[in-house]
Order: sequence, then C-alpha cells, then structure tokens
Amino acid sequence: MLWLALHLPHLALEVHARGGISGPLAVTENATTKGRLLLCDATAHACGVRPGMTAASAWALCANLKIMPRAPLAECHALERIAAWACQFTSQVSIAGAAELLLEIGGSLALFGGIAPIRTKIGHGLQQLGYSYRMACAPTPLAAQWFVRTGISACLDHPENLSRALNGLPVQVLQSTEAALALERFGSRTIGDCRQLPRDGLAQRLGQEALDEIDRALGKLPDPRPLFKPPRIFSSTLTLPAPAEHAAALLFAARRLYAEMCGHLVATGQGAQRLEFTFYHERRQRTRLALNLVAASRDPEHLLALLRERLAALQLTQPATAIRLVCTQQQALAAENQPLLPNSRTRTEAGIRLLEKLQARLGTAAICGLRLFADHRPEQAWRACAPEERTAPSASPAPGERPLWLLQCPRALHEQGAVPHCDGPLTLLAGPERIETGWWDDHAVVRDYFIARNQAQALLWIYREHGMRARWFLQGFFS
Amino acid sequence: MALPGGVWPVGVLTEIYVERPGIGELQLLMPAAARLTQQARWLAMIAPPYVPYAPALAARGVQLQQVLLLRPESPDEQAWACEQLLNSGQCGAVLIWLNQAQERTLRRLQHAAERNGTLAILYRSRGARPFPAAALRLHVGKSDGHTVINVLKRRGGGTPPPVRLDLHGALTRRMSIPPWLPMPTAASRLQTAH
Repeated sequence: MLWLALHLPHLALEVHARGGISGPLAVTENATTKGRLLLCDATAHACGVRPGMTAASAWALCANLKIMPRAPLAECHALERIAAWACQFTSQVSIAGAAELLLEIGGSLALFGGIAPIRTKIGHGLQQLGYSYRMACAPTPLAAQWFVRTGISACLDHPENLSRALNGLPVQVLQSTEAALALERFGSRTIGDCRQLPRDGLAQRLGQEALDEIDRALGKLPDPRPLFKPPRIFSSTLTLPAPAEHAAALLFAARRLYAEMCGHLVATGQGAQRLEFTFYHERRQRTRLALNLVAASRDPEHLLALLRERLAALQLTQPATAIRLVCTQQQALAAENQPLLPNSRTRTEAGIRLLEKLQARLGTAAICGLRLFADHRPEQAWRACAPEERTAPSASPAPGERPLWLLQCPRALHEQGAVPHCDGPLTLLAGPERIETGWWDDHAVVRDYFIARNQAQALLWIYREHGMRARWFLQGFFS
Repeated sequence: MALPGGVWPVGVLTEIYVERPGIGELQLLMPAAARLTQQARWLAMIAPPYVPYAPALAARGVQLQQVLLLRPESPDEQAWACEQLLNSGQCGAVLIWLNQAQERTLRRLQHAAERNGTLAILYRSRGARPFPAAALRLHVGKSDGHTVINVLKRRGGGTPPPVRLDLHGALTRRMSIPPWLPMPTAASRLQTAH
C-alpha cells in the first residue's frame, strides 16, 4: 500500500477565486465579513494584507480588497468534486478532512509509470482545476497525512524508512491537542521522543487513543478509510469572482469545469454525450446552453472548441455571476488505445469532431446528409438524415433518368396553347415516364415525366399531372 | 479536356461561372465526386441553389453516406464552414455556391484548399466579382444542346479554345419521345378526351 495525501491549504479562498482572474481577495474565518481574515491571495499579500488581520485594517492597507465570508458548504462540495476527479488515478480515494484527500496509489504505479509521473500528473491536474496543493506519500494513510500537515513533501515508498521518518515529526501532529501539550511538558517534542517513553505509563497519562494513533501511523494497527464513490452524474457550479459576459472570461471558467468533468468521466469510464451549461445572472435570471455531441467525448480541448463556437453566437443579456455544468447524458467510453491502423480511426474521430464544431456554430438543422428512400414519388425518394449516418442502402435508385437538382416543391408552369413555358416555350426531348403511385396515402400521384429544353438551353425535368385539369410542373434541372 | 493536365486540379480554388443553373455545372463534377466518395472522402456542398437530388447522385456513383449538405444562413458563415471543411482534410471535394465574398475570405479558402489538397469549387453566378487569385476560372454556358466550357484563366497562362461537351446527349438519346406520342398540344387534348 502506498498512500498519497493531498492537502489543499487555500481551499477556502480558491472556491471563490478559481473561476477567473480577480483583484485582491480575502476570506474571513467565519461566515460573516466582519471577523478576522483567514486567507488572502497574492495580490492582497503584496499590499501587506496578512491572515489574522481584521477586515478594517486590511481595507486600510488595500482599499479595493474584496472580502468574502467563508463558505463551508461550497468547500465541502469542491472537495467532493476533487475526490471524484482524483478517482481517475486510483479506485481508492478517501476524503480525510476539511481540505485533505487520501489516494491509494500503490496499485496505479505500473499504469502511470512510477511515483514521480503520477505525482506530476496529479499536481498538473490540480493546477488546471485552480487549486494549490501539497502532497506527501507514505505506506500508511495517517503517516501521509502527518507529513502533508507538517509541510514535508515526503515520498516514502518502503515501510522500513517510515519509522525513522516519523520519529522526526513534532508531537503537534497528534489529533488531541491536550496529549500534544502534555508530551511537550514531559520534554518530548517529537514522535521519536514519545516512542522512547514506556508505553504503560504513557497510556495511563495520555490515554490509549494517542498511542493507537502512533501505532496506526506506523502501520502496527489497521487504519481502514471510508472509500469515496464518485456520483454517477457530473454536476458542478463555479462562482465567478467578478461578473463576466465576455467569452474569454466565460471560457476560462468553463475550462476549469471541463477539467473537473473530464477527470470525473475518465474515473467513471464514461464520455459526455449531452452537456448543459447554465449561466446565472443577478436577480435570479439564468441562461441555458445545451451542447449535443455526435459522439461521446471527454477531451476538454475539443469540448472547449465547441463551446467557443456556441458562445460566439450566444448573446448574454447580463453578465454571469456563476456557471453550472451538468453532464445530462453520458455514454460508456473505452479508454484511449493506440489504433492498430493509424489512419482509419483517427480519421473518423477527426470527422466527428469537425461535424460537432460545424453543428455548434451553424445549428444542427443547417447540416445534413442525404439518403435514398423507397418511394417512387420523386419528391419522396430521398430524405435528409444525420450526417454520416451509416444505413445500408435501403432503396435502389429509380430506373429512369433523374436530375441532379430538385426544386424544393414543384413549380407550376404556365401554358400557352397547351405548350408549357418556362423562360419561353419548352421543347420535349424525352419521355414520358409514367409514375403512378402513392394511392395508399393522401398524396397519390399520377404523372407523366418529360425531359424538356427551354430556349436558354437548360434541361428541365417537368411533369404533367393527370386529372380533370392537366397542368405542367417543373420539378428539377439536369445540371 | 482543356483543364491543365486534363483533370480537375486539387489543392486550388477553382472558380466556375455558371450562366444559369441547370446547364451541366454539377454534372461536370460528378465523375470526380463519385471517385472521391468511393475512397471514403466526403463530398460537401455548401448553400447549393436547389436540392441535390439523392437518387440522381446515387445513380452517378456517388456514395450518399459521404455526402454532406450544409445550409449556413449568412455568406460569412458559409465561408467559415467551407474553410473548416477544407482545413480538416476530411473532404475530398468541397463545392460552395457563394456570390458575395471579400477577396480576403476567398484567399483564406484558397490557402485552406492548398493545405490539404482538396478539390475546391467555387460556383458563382454571372454578376459576381471575379476572384483575382483563382488558379482556374471557368465559364460554363450552353449552345446547340452542348455544354460549352470556356477557360477564362489558368495557371501557366494561355487560354485554350472553348470545349464543347455533350453531357446530356446520352440521356436524351436513351429515352427519346416515342413517335406515337402526340406533341403536348395534342396530348392534352387526348387527356381531356378521357
């Protein structure tokens, strides 16, 4: 077993700040903006603002400082989403504290190629999500937590080194502060000092819990952790630090959401088929935007390109204060493999992406494919279909000559002396081809088709309707 | 054929001026389009003036599942879609009917066509302003029942004499009016007598 502990020291601040680039920002310790500051960002720090200051003194140093109350619920949700995102690295993820996660990476080393690559990958991913982090690895979960809390970026992959490394840690890592204080009074400042003391006496003075804690960290006692299970459907809301209406700012936030979602989708082995963005405005108004994908995907760059096209067409009436992304429809998607024949699969994938990009900007209705339909009525013999629809040819082309251009609906031709006219009188060149069908529905046709030439030498496809009053219609051009 | 090398040039923007629709401007492209779709490349048509009739395309050997029909609303979007299609390298041929476009836009299309060696055809009606950088400019007209193609400009200079093609000859020969059928005037009278 190898546990990686993740600590997010600025989580309380980053839940407010990661949606965009903001000015100086600070978070108070409690749920009002009156109390002392808990955290401040780099801009505020540069102005001299420090954690622990009162709001008034912080404002005196930095007039445009934005102070947000701490939002414990948002932090909790954020941590859950990071946990779901982290499930792409291992199946064993556990939420260990207010801003701590534990990942069992021992089973994933072979897949990612060792500890260093997996740490780099996790670190890089967290940066994309907009969180700062500390991490440490140890053979037991508690030891990893202790290291990360003391700020030691340890990477112990062998239980033998563990005992020596733990001996150097201060006693403050123990959960009970009384026990830590008592140990300091004995003159034991480190876990190593504490382990020198006789166990029975220590158990009497400190209680068994503190000893058990040290044993768990050393791996002498079992330390089971509850497993986090990612929710089936991804849904995440991101508050923007400042109201935004420009596409660039919205895309910045969407990139964060996509990074979260794609990690979640990798973890659950799914791909997004349909996405829904909700932009929240002030006064409880909202704008919705749905993205339909031709093929399920979890590639953030591709999804971002689609959103960019849609945002270009979308006019937000007001600036957005928050964005919510829900993956409303998803589909099982296999992990990416290298194709055996490089061309075939990558080309179809590129084709699907192209179609999605076109649909995102032009609308789904503006793009279609063509297919045959088994009907002898010429206007019914074809159908528009979804592009690249793979259907077996259900109908064979009609036996007669057919024009390349068809009019959307046949145009009635005027007649002079029973000769049809279209830019002058028409000369019949070939025909007739009798089409008499459709008696089973309301659109029965009895027509004689001719190929005709007009004076401008265009070849037309015309027909004469049978019935009480025979009329001529133009239906197509032989282009 | 008077085209350079006797084939449609790929990787350039070919401008075709059509006297009026229905004189063989699409028929000209059909052999090339059929071959490209059979090689599993796409045939994209952007903003055609009428509906490309699926049974006719199929009868000329075009694989229908490779055909993409796009109807973007504005000329800008049409040009954008065309550029995307040309850039992707997915398409064997892109046919666009575009009359209003700035020279800069057309140059972008030209570059996109060059990049992937796509057959790019720009159909224009009589009034459109010629694109100066077009590698090949044709005029398609008709006289005496033959489609007449004039090469207005081609790379390498020189304008060959017009080419007369009998595109629809086979069509009218194969299905001529049977001698027993009266001409329309008589036919309509015959019809009313029923």
